[in-house]
Amino acid sequence: MRKLLTGNEAIALGAYEAGIHYAAAYPGTPSTEILENLAKYKEEIIAEWAPNEKVAVESALGASIYGARSLAAMKHVGLNVAADPFFSSGYTGVNGGLVLITADDPGLHSSQNEQDNRYYAKFGKVAMVEPSDSQEAKNMVKIAMEISEKFDTPVLMRLTTRVCHSKSLVEVGEREEVPIRPYKKNLGKYYLAPAVAKQLHVKVEERLKKLEEFSNETDLNYVEWNDKKIGIISSGIAFQYAKEVFKDKASYLKLGFTNPLPMDKIKKFAEEVETLYVVEELEPFIEEQVKAAGIDCIGKDKIPNVWELNPEIVEKSLLGKEREVIEYDKSIVVNRPPTLCAGCPHRAFFYELSKRKDTIITGDIGCYTLGGAEPLNAMDTTICMGASISAGHGMERLIDGYDDNKRVVSVIGDSTFFHSGMTSLLDVVYNKSNTITCVLDNRITAMTGHQDHPGTGYTLQGEPTKMANIAEIAKALGIEHVKTVNPLELKELKAAFDWAYSLDEPSVIISRWPCALKRLSEYDKKEFDYKPGKCEVDQEKCIGCKICVNTGCPAIYFDKEAKKSSINAAQCVGCELCMQVCPVKAISEVGE
Amino acid sequence: MAETKSILLVGVGGQGTILASRILSEGLVEAGYDVKMSEIHGMAQRGGSVSTQVRYGDEVFSPIIGRGEADVLVSFEAMEALRWLEYLKPDGKVVVNNYKIPSAPILMGKEEYPEGVIDIIKNKADTSIINAAEIAEELGNMKVMNIVLLGALVEAMNLSDIDWEKTIKNNIKEKFIDINLEAFERGKNAI
Repeated sequence: MRKLLTGNEAIALGAYEAGIHYAAAYPGTPSTEILENLAKYKEEIIAEWAPNEKVAVESALGASIYGARSLAAMKHVGLNVAADPFFSSGYTGVNGGLVLITADDPGLHSSQNEQDNRYYAKFGKVAMVEPSDSQEAKNMVKIAMEISEKFDTPVLMRLTTRVCHSKSLVEVGEREEVPIRPYKKNLGKYYLAPAVAKQLHVKVEERLKKLEEFSNETDLNYVEWNDKKIGIISSGIAFQYAKEVFKDKASYLKLGFTNPLPMDKIKKFAEEVETLYVVEELEPFIEEQVKAAGIDCIGKDKIPNVWELNPEIVEKSLLGKEREVIEYDKSIVVNRPPTLCAGCPHRAFFYELSKRKDTIITGDIGCYTLGGAEPLNAMDTTICMGASISAGHGMERLIDGYDDNKRVVSVIGDSTFFHSGMTSLLDVVYNKSNTITCVLDNRITAMTGHQDHPGTGYTLQGEPTKMANIAEIAKALGIEHVKTVNPLELKELKAAFDWAYSLDEPSVIISRWPCALKRLSEYDKKEFDYKPGKCEVDQEKCIGCKICVNTGCPAIYFDKEAKKSSINAAQCVGCELCMQVCPVKAISEVGE
Repeated sequence: MAETKSILLVGVGGQGTILASRILSEGLVEAGYDVKMSEIHGMAQRGGSVSTQVRYGDEVFSPIIGRGEADVLVSFEAMEALRWLEYLKPDGKVVVNNYKIPSAPILMGKEEYPEGVIDIIKNKADTSIINAAEIAEELGNMKVMNIVLLGALVEAMNLSDIDWEKTIKNNIKEKFIDINLEAFERGKNAI
């Protein structure tokens, strides 16, 4: 049976068929759906959300050492978080197969940077595979498990957004039941004390030689002979773009196993063709190594190393062809930036916070990052997961030292707090800055599409579990001033800010209300007095002051000619923020 | 050999473009084509612009295209058609929903929704205008706008021979099947 699957769905299917036993991840676009799809196999596979990628890789490595076929998945920046155990896993090697998936995001569709994680495989000295479509993605999970067990190496599987989120046809197979390998205590392999690691480094270098031999032999790296005037070396999605442009007018060396590279195969291929192109997305990972081996090729001097590649760019870069395009005045098209949803509890929080003078707001990664956009403009920095609290701490230390009047407010989400905010908050306590940390607890990992986390009370596979209590954690970390507020009550928020600003010690404000799109859990129904409704503007009373419009609610529309606001009933969920900000009480609730 | 065709579907987060693309892709697979589909959504569920690409033929390589390559552009919202018009082949077709969704800067009164969007498109390309919102409203559920547009697309691309009823049934919750099948027919007849 053939099914149309995304790369992520295909990987989950491939992992199931490959007989894996354990998988862990922290959600991150474009990798999120891998674990969501694996979670379905409750009988065969233990699938978990970890609080962060480092924990996910460490648990997968633990499961592998025990003897299970294991997998951890993350987006590209997640591997930065997991870099520590990733490098160590290169030394320990595995027992049961271990596949680590990094989903890079060329084009920054939803990321804070654009990094080419193929370099991690080389840096960490581990094997790497790169699929070009969903069928290959499925097949490669299984092959990667075998490579991992055969060569005693973790295998890095490098995907990109276009492989993760595009669908192509996949042949569905059966699960192979793979027994868990016996566990044997082995200090010389899993105990990375310096004396042991020293010996292991030698083994890692020997392993790389064997992996290079494999790279030259494996069918994952194959040649497709056509016209020999042009030869193309390519991997991943870039291979599909090269095929789209050149079809059978060029010969191809398609690389599916890309660390170490098959240098013998590359040399032979290069000798046979007249002009050699290396077509790759982002960095010249293959090209640099090909050139270092003394082989002449054309790559990044023609193909850009920024943003996502596509067939048009390959065609233009290598063949100099300009496409015929319809010409028109694009400048009249108005931007459509993402916004905080109608009824989002973060909107009220940022609306109130943005009124504070002499405040630096350090932000983080999640829906609430959008609080930095117009019209709220309530953010000064966004760096990476967990950095809001520590960057805020660094700033506050300087402010204290230089007797400045400013205050720092660090804003972080619930999932991000568990991810890496907790250690930063401990630093605030330990190194004594009086930052105000605000945990925007909307009861779910919202930005990636509603994944559970330690604070929701449920696991990935739907089991009820102990719910982590952010207020108690903050107190346990040494914060003495903790307050929980309902962000949809502006007076309550204002009082909380007044309270926090008056303290000479660090404080935590937990702004707690479920995401407007969340399907409420049993816990939520008990805790939150939630009543959906609709708000309406009395056109007679509206004075056109635009205060309600400046909350940035997508349900509110300002008619420039009539100079009046109105509310789109289809979008409004009745959060009543606009009612609270309207100075002339022109907005009221009109029932459900 | 059937030449590879490229369909670009664009709209605003929440309009159901991805579901429509999914039904379209499954129908094409059933019809025996090689199919690739790509979703470019990023943070679109927060009200941003969404696009999906569906490519079909004997053997499809790239799941995405560049500018000047789409055989048909289906826009679920008027201004979005103009945003993506440069992706259309100069002799390609546009199927555009005559329905406006103001974006955040427009809602705030900072910018105006551009005037005459549909006329500009009509002057540049072979264009079919569909009042999908009106049709959906007549049917009693605004959410079926996406299936109205799918019907229009199927007619525009001469894909009527495929068993769309079956594919729609596979992808829609049972209690909404009838209204969606009707929406599909209305869309087909609207072009």
